[in-house]
Formats: sequence, C-alpha cells, structure tokens
Amino acid sequence: MTITAEVPEISRRRILGGALATGLVLAFHLPLGAARPPQTKDPAAGKFAPNAYIRIDESDQITLIMPQVEMGQGIYTGVATILAEELDADLTQVVLQHAPPEEKLYANPSFGIQATGGSTSVRAFWTPLRKAGAAARAMLIKAAADQWQVAPASCSAALGTVLHIESGRRLRYGELVDPASKLSAPSDIPLKDPKNFVLIGKPLKRLDTPDKVNGKVIYGIDAMMPGLKFATLAQCPVFGGKVADVEDHAAMQIPGVRQIVVLDDLVAVIADDTWTAKRGLEALKITWNEGKNANVSSKDIWDHLRAASEIEGVVAKSVGDVADALHLGETYEASYEMPFLAHATMEPLNCTVHVTPSFCNVWVGTQIIARAQSVAARAAGLPEDKVTIHQHLLGGGFGRRLEVDMIATAVRIGSKVDGPVKITWMREEDIQHDIYRPVYRDTISARLSGDKVIAFKYRVAGSSVIARWLPPAVQQGIDNDAVDSAADTPYDIPNFQVEYVRVEPPAVPTGFWRGVGPNNNVFAIESFMDELARKANKDPIAFRRDMLGKTPRIQHVLDLVAEKSNWGQPLPRRVGRGVSVQPTFNTSIATVVEAEVDSGGDVYIRQVTLAVDCGLAINPDTVVAQIEGGMIFGLTAALYGEITLEKGRVQQSNFHDYRVLRIDQIPKIDIHLVKSGEAPGGIGEASVIGGPPALRNAIYAATGVALRRLPIDRGLIAEKKSWL
Amino acid sequence: MATTLTINGQERSFDAPPEMPLLWVLRDILGLTGTKFGCGMAQCGACTVHVDGKPVRSCVLPVGNLQSRTITTIEGIGATPVGAGVQKAWLDLEVVQCGYCQSGQIMSAAALLASTPDPDDSDIDAAMAGNICRCGTYVRIRAAIKQAAATQKS
Repeated sequence: MTITAEVPEISRRRILGGALATGLVLAFHLPLGAARPPQTKDPAAGKFAPNAYIRIDESDQITLIMPQVEMGQGIYTGVATILAEELDADLTQVVLQHAPPEEKLYANPSFGIQATGGSTSVRAFWTPLRKAGAAARAMLIKAAADQWQVAPASCSAALGTVLHIESGRRLRYGELVDPASKLSAPSDIPLKDPKNFVLIGKPLKRLDTPDKVNGKVIYGIDAMMPGLKFATLAQCPVFGGKVADVEDHAAMQIPGVRQIVVLDDLVAVIADDTWTAKRGLEALKITWNEGKNANVSSKDIWDHLRAASEIEGVVAKSVGDVADALHLGETYEASYEMPFLAHATMEPLNCTVHVTPSFCNVWVGTQIIARAQSVAARAAGLPEDKVTIHQHLLGGGFGRRLEVDMIATAVRIGSKVDGPVKITWMREEDIQHDIYRPVYRDTISARLSGDKVIAFKYRVAGSSVIARWLPPAVQQGIDNDAVDSAADTPYDIPNFQVEYVRVEPPAVPTGFWRGVGPNNNVFAIESFMDELARKANKDPIAFRRDMLGKTPRIQHVLDLVAEKSNWGQPLPRRVGRGVSVQPTFNTSIATVVEAEVDSGGDVYIRQVTLAVDCGLAINPDTVVAQIEGGMIFGLTAALYGEITLEKGRVQQSNFHDYRVLRIDQIPKIDIHLVKSGEAPGGIGEASVIGGPPALRNAIYAATGVALRRLPIDRGLIAEKKSWL
Repeated sequence: MATTLTINGQERSFDAPPEMPLLWVLRDILGLTGTKFGCGMAQCGACTVHVDGKPVRSCVLPVGNLQSRTITTIEGIGATPVGAGVQKAWLDLEVVQCGYCQSGQIMSAAALLASTPDPDDSDIDAAMAGNICRCGTYVRIRAAIKQAAATQKS
C-alpha cells in the first residue's frame, strides 16, 4: 500500500447524527502518560493528517490509527513503535485508535482486504508504516525550517520536537500542524538507518495492557448502553438444520424474559439480563428439522477424507522426477491425520447490535472489520454507510474472529428487537457452532539412498479455507495455505513433489486456526523425518542438518537448539527428546521438546527449548511472549484438541471435555532469539507450530511408538508396551 | 428480591432472583464488566471474585447466598496492597496478552498471596490451576506471582 497525500482525511460518510456521532470508531482509546479526557474526534480531526495512520493536533496530541487489530499479540504496540520511530514521536504520549472500516486506506497488503491474520501484520505494514512516519516527520521539519528560513537538512527531530541544531531553536509538532498541513507529502523519503533506531528492537512496555489488569478494558462482550437488553441463542445442534417448532409458553412466564426471536435456523431469547435469557432458552421446547446432516459422524468424515486422499492432487511444487525416483527402490510410506479443532477464545462469541430502519450499530471485536460492516449491512437490509462498527479489543482471536457469522446472526436477531441488544453465545454454543480447523490427511512416500533422502512425495488432503474466505487467492487449484511450509520445504531433496487434494468435509464448516496450514504440514513432515532418520539409523538432528545446506538460517537455529537443549545427553528411561524445524511465516524455528511417558501412556512435558530467527524483532519481549504462548496453544492441541461428531452434532461442549493446558502442566520454556537484521518475520502463528511434532518425536524417542494422528493417543502408547 | 451487598467497599442494592449467579448481577445489573464470563460452569476461572477475601467462581454462585457478604472484584482489588502489588507485577513482567482471562488470574493470585505470602510452585499450581488462559501466559503468571511475593516481603 502506498501512502499518498490524496487521502489525508478519513471519509466522514459514516458519521451518524446525534449522540452516535461521537462513538465513531472510538470504542477504544489509550491515553497514555498523564490522564487525558476521552477523545471524541474521528481520526481526521487532528489538524495535521499526512496519511492514513497519523493525526497531530495543536495541543501536541499525536493519534496513531491502528490498521491491524489487537487480540493479545501485541500489534498495537508494534505498529505504534514503528510509526513513532520514523516520526520521532514520544511513544509514551500517543493515543491509539482503531481504524474504521475503510479498505482503501487500511487494507492489509497481504490480502487486499482489512484483515488481521496469518502473521502478516508486521511483515505487510513494516515498510508502509515506516514511510508514513518518515514522510510526516519530513513535513514537520520542512514546516519548521521554512519558519526559521533555514535548510531542512540543518534541523533534526526527537520526541515530538523539531530542533534547529545550530541555533538551538525548537518547535513542538503541535506548533507546526498548520504550516505542515499545507505542504504536500513527499514521495520518497529516506528511512532511518536501523542502527539509529531508538524504539524498534527494544523491549518496550505494551500500550494496551495497563487497562487489562484493572477491569477497565471494554471488550465487545462488555459493551453497555442505556436500554440494553441481553440475549442468548440456540442454533440447530446439527449443522444446516432448521427450526421446526418452538413452544415458548414456559419461557415467557419467566420474569425478565421479554421476547423470543425465532429465525429459520435459530432461536434467541431476549431478556433483562443474560442469565434470565439463558433460563428462558432452557425453558423453550424447540423441535428441529435436522436436515441432511442428521446422521453424519466422525467416522463418515474420516472415511470420506481417507478415500479422497487416495486420489492424485494438484501439483503445487515439483523438483526432479519424484515418480521415477520412487520407483527405483524400496520406498517408505506413512499417513498422518489431524483432527477438527475449535478455537475456544476466552471471550465467547458475542455481538451487540442496535438495528433500526435507518441505521445499524454493531459493537464487536473483529479481525475483519470491513467485511463485518458489509455483512451487517446485508443482514440489516441497509446500505453500508448506515452501518457503524464499534471495534473493540479482542478477548482472543486465533482466526475465529476472521469470520463474520456471529455478526450476521446478531444483526438478524437485532432486526427483530426494539432497541440495542447484546447477544452472548454460551460456551457450549460457542464450541458447538465454531468454524473449525479442518481435518487433514497427509500421505508421504520417500526413498532413502544410504542416509540421504533422495525422493519425497507429499500429498495433503483437506478443506480449502482460502477458497471460501478469499477465493481469488486460489490459483490453478492450489491453496497456498494448505501447502504452506510443504511446498517451500527447507529440505534440499533432489526429487520432491507436493500435491494438494481439496476435499470438503460433510456438514462441518472450516476456517483458519492459529498456525493455519503449516500446523498440519510441519507436523506430518517433521514426524516423517524422524521415522526416516530411524530407518537411516541416524540421529534426528544430524539427519535433518545434512539436508538444510540451502537454508542456512534454519540450519543455524537447528544447531543452536541442539546446543541449548543438551541434545544427545543421556536421559532417564521413558524420557525422550524430539526435534522439529519449520520455515514458517518468514521465521525459522527449531524446537526441542523433552517429554516423559508413563506406563498408562500419559505424557509429561519436562522442557521445551527453542531457537528462533524471526529477523528484526520490533519488540523482542513481545516476540518471546508470543513464543511462550504459542507453544502452549500448540501443545494444548497436541495433547487434547479434538472435535468429534455423532449424529451431526459436535460432542464437545465446554472446557471439561475440550481441555486446555493449565498452569500446573506447563514445562519450562527456554527461548533463544537469534539477533538478526533481516526483514521482520511473523511470530504469532509461527510459534504454535513446532511444539506438536517435537512432542510427537520425543514420545517416539522415548517409546518407539510412531504416532501418526493428533491428538496424542495415550491408549495407543500404553498398548504398545514393548518399550516399557 | 432486593439484595444489598458490599462491593468494592460500597453498598450496592439491586433486585435479582436469589438463584441468579453473582457474575450476571455484577455484569448485567451493576455494570461491573471487569469480571468475565468464560464457561458458566466453574471450569475456567475468568469470573473469579473474592467473597470475604476468598476466591470464588461467580458464574456458579447464587447471589441469594451472599446477603451481607463483602465482595471484591477486579475493579476494586487495586485498593488492597496485595492486589496493587499483583497488578504491578503483571505489568512489570508483561504477563498480559489478550487480557480476557486476566481479571480472574489476578483475583486468584491476589487471594493466594493474601493467604500464602511466600508461595512455592505447588502453592501456585494449586491456587491457579482453575484459571485457564488461551493465550498461554502461564509462564509469566508464575513469575509475576513470585515477583509480587518478593516485593510484598521487602
């Protein structure tokens, strides 16, 4: 995205009349440093608006507009750091604002739409943000230099002030907004030499966290307003089913139940508070027309996927002649399978709406705000400019909030309700009506020559999330996410092929889940590499290392993790170390997990060691935090994560049967960041991926049991007792 | 039914059926939205508040059981020295990611430190295992509890 002077102001077309006008995109502010009164301006209200991201007013207030959403990954601090670095602003004095839905200004260059996902934020916005900050700084310096009648080159800037070096004269940015806004934005401003960075690369304090420790942050689920009613809903427990009949007499007798909204596929109860709405829902007798998915079970889904995975797929990558090379000798084959997963964000799905014939207001935390606006407009039957999205910080995203089903649902319900209504999904509804990480089946054939892999054929079969979510991104039948980290394998193998078979599971909607396609591919490939290493009678790290000569950054993190994890040092019985490497999201990671297995097949993770080269780390402390948390997110899935179906219904419902790791199960996580001046890589997704295969390989090392499915099957480990 | 509770040092009166869990009274009736809904079945700890100083899961605690008890929520915990110390340690060590579970984590941690000023790892495990964090901030939660304990001692 190029920053130009043609769009210095945000369109005001979304400003609504009356009191609502003040709420425009301002659900969230971060007044840092000294307390400030709440801001009630739209992003263009600052006098100096050189580009989409920066507003400065006469009071020296610098407002930075966040194109990417904050869901815990630290991107608000990251974006603000990059802008403030090139702008030479005082980071402790800035105010942050959510960007409004405006794809022309705020589209993610990686997708062409406003979306936060795929570990793209820093990678995609790194250069545009630097240019925006540098251009604004140059304009402020020019304005000051003109006033002093000196050359701009004789001036410098720091902490929101322009200084004429020779005379010591100073002007604050706030004093320069008038003349600066009369200048046109320069097009080609040199960016800072990284050695002069004062903010980037430092473990700066996060800007979003102070109000997260005192209950002040207002997530979407916390939106409150006069006249608000509260609702909860039941969708047909079978995907695609419809409401046949609702008996609501008992529910309507409950004091505080105000209204029952029956739509074709769901029933919602509107009440004075959420608990009464829930009681009302429980008192309804709903008969469902379950439809064609009424008998779908996990077995059907796996039969369907296994059959489809036998078919040849579209070739996504081909090197040498894999078919020929595989025919020349003994081959080794294995298949790996990955389950459906729910997201289970800590903030359950929710959306607050106020729908009238002339406008629609939506309060929600979304990873995809412009799509949220358009889906709300369609559901309300209004033009988009009558829909205001009040963006909130997200209580977890993990891909779930890249979907807009909850927004469409809420607007459909809200259209039947007089006044604002907050719809909260109970946890059971959230888990049983997720848009799930797809099931995958990966089939690998390989041939060894001595201890070298000379042929490797990898076929991934599974749903194409991209085909539904961003159709133009599927080119020639290839879903780049589905083959990510396989087609671009770091291993140098002379005959290598990756195929993709698109197969959509019956009944179950599929979506992105933190770590996305590489979760599947890295698990399968790294698991298989360990099996090949054993066949070649080689140490798993030495075996990999020999094939990583063309990817020195990965080879380096592998060497580093070997050293830091005490790889090769003796371990007690039933304890193993496992390794994985990954080329994901422009970040190279090597992971070693040390795990212990007991005779019942239970697995205890003793230690995790990572070496990570993510290029330049904007905020190294945030990078470490993402690696710690991502590791736990991935290991949670490896140990517990599985959504299953019976009679068309998801069988899991809450945290007792969709388990997540707790604090008493967390190993020591030892992280080694490689100092690098390379372009920044992604970390939020990348950090999830390496744990599961490294854990699987640790179990393999401890027991010899070659697990080929997730989650880890304790029964299978216990059954094969030969290792005991 | 009219109920009066002392919440964060203030008397608050409201009408609610006695079976209504405290969580929804706090959030929907009194507008104290810092206490979070996560699971509704005492599995995740996001709704943790203190009743007479003890940590409880407000999503399963009928408000009718609480007449004349003293409630502290995340909005009020910073007024206690232990609570303020926990909040400071949380920020010093950058525990928080999405933050949604952290109200409950902080309430559980503050209750732990009030009763066990120098907790060891097993004390932390026992007190905190009921609080889920999907962002996986557990490593830092443990470190922050230890730092808050150390600061409290000195």
